[in-house]
Amino acid sequence: MPQIDQLLETFSSQIFWLLVFFGITFVVIGRGMVPKVMGTVALRDKQIADDLAAAQGARDDADAQEETWRERENENRANAQALIANAKAKAAATSAKKLAAAQKRLDTKLSKAATAIDEARSAAMAEVEDVAAEATQDIVARLAGAKVDKRAARSAVKKALANG
Amino acid sequence: MAADEGKVDPMKQFQIEPLFGSSWDIAGFNIAFTNSALWMAITVVLLWAFVYGGMKRELVPGRWQMAVETFTGFIDDMLEANIGKEGRKYVPYVFSLFMFILFANLLGLMPVGIIPGFHAFTFTSHFTVTGVLAVISFSIVLIVGFAKHGIKFFTLFVPHGTPLLMIPAIFLIELFSFMIRPFSLALRLFVAMMAGHVLLKVLSSFVIDGFNYGIGTSLIVAVPSFALMIGISALEILVAGIQAYVFALLTSLYINDAEHLH
Repeated sequence: MPQIDQLLETFSSQIFWLLVFFGITFVVIGRGMVPKVMGTVALRDKQIADDLAAAQGARDDADAQEETWRERENENRANAQALIANAKAKAAATSAKKLAAAQKRLDTKLSKAATAIDEARSAAMAEVEDVAAEATQDIVARLAGAKVDKRAARSAVKKALANG
Repeated sequence: MAADEGKVDPMKQFQIEPLFGSSWDIAGFNIAFTNSALWMAITVVLLWAFVYGGMKRELVPGRWQMAVETFTGFIDDMLEANIGKEGRKYVPYVFSLFMFILFANLLGLMPVGIIPGFHAFTFTSHFTVTGVLAVISFSIVLIVGFAKHGIKFFTLFVPHGTPLLMIPAIFLIELFSFMIRPFSLALRLFVAMMAGHVLLKVLSSFVIDGFNYGIGTSLIVAVPSFALMIGISALEILVAGIQAYVFALLTSLYINDAEHLH
């Protein structure tokens, strides 16, 4: 077994060169290069975490914006609804006013017409009374030969009309 | 070794040969640049190239960057699962350890032997190498443990709820199991790597000898052995990954003991 047979002649060389080359490995690769490689990995992990956080933030932001948009939209809809209701009410009120005015006009026309009719009737009545009083005077004068003055005749006619 | 040509010596692959600098030494200890050192160098260069390909630092990673990030993420997750938040500071060490062993194990399995004059060498099949790695891990455990908890680190050897009478015995047993850790850590990797490579070489000698002896042995010995080699090569790739993982996992578990004392 050369490992034992050559032990005395080679152990110093083996140990020396192992320390040299393993030392180079440790200092140059282990201490020099490995931290940089791991730094790159850490940097990437951090970037991925940051990107994920940013995406989450953007998502939350979008959700919040959607929420405010929805609120605004609801508000606008409510406003529009109120506007329509208002306009409806106003239109109803004006049409009611117009109707009332028309009604009033019709009522005054009607009442005017009624008074005109009443006047005409009372005028006609007065005429009838006059005619009746003259007729009474005439009838009395012809039948009884008595002269009845106009006033008495009229009151008599009035009495008769009121009774009849 | 070269005495009988055509015979496969299953141990030759573990032979260490100086390539140059045979006369170099530090304080009397020879530090020749061997084939073992060469494969360590190749491991470092390939590992550097692999990780460098993953350093483009793109936001959307390509395949290569993804592969490197998968490995760092794997070690990071393992340390976080075993140690917790404090485990992060050990990522450079455990990543280096895991990748160094993984690349060494896999490179040792590369079929570079088909190029004449080249041989793959698996330096993790030498306990001098795995021993040093285990000692480094164990030293980190001791340093962290004593730096963090001081003398209270010894309470690691007395589990909660131990009866007073049992404390001396339990302490000794726990201390022994603690002290055995670097050895088990080193031997596990060394044995797993060596056994697999020896097995492949033994089977390859069956294939070569079987074909050489004629049609009968070819059908009975060589072909089944070759089929078995293919399967075991696949298994060895799995073992290469598993042993690197076990080494790193046990290191992280031991560091957890040092950080948290049970």
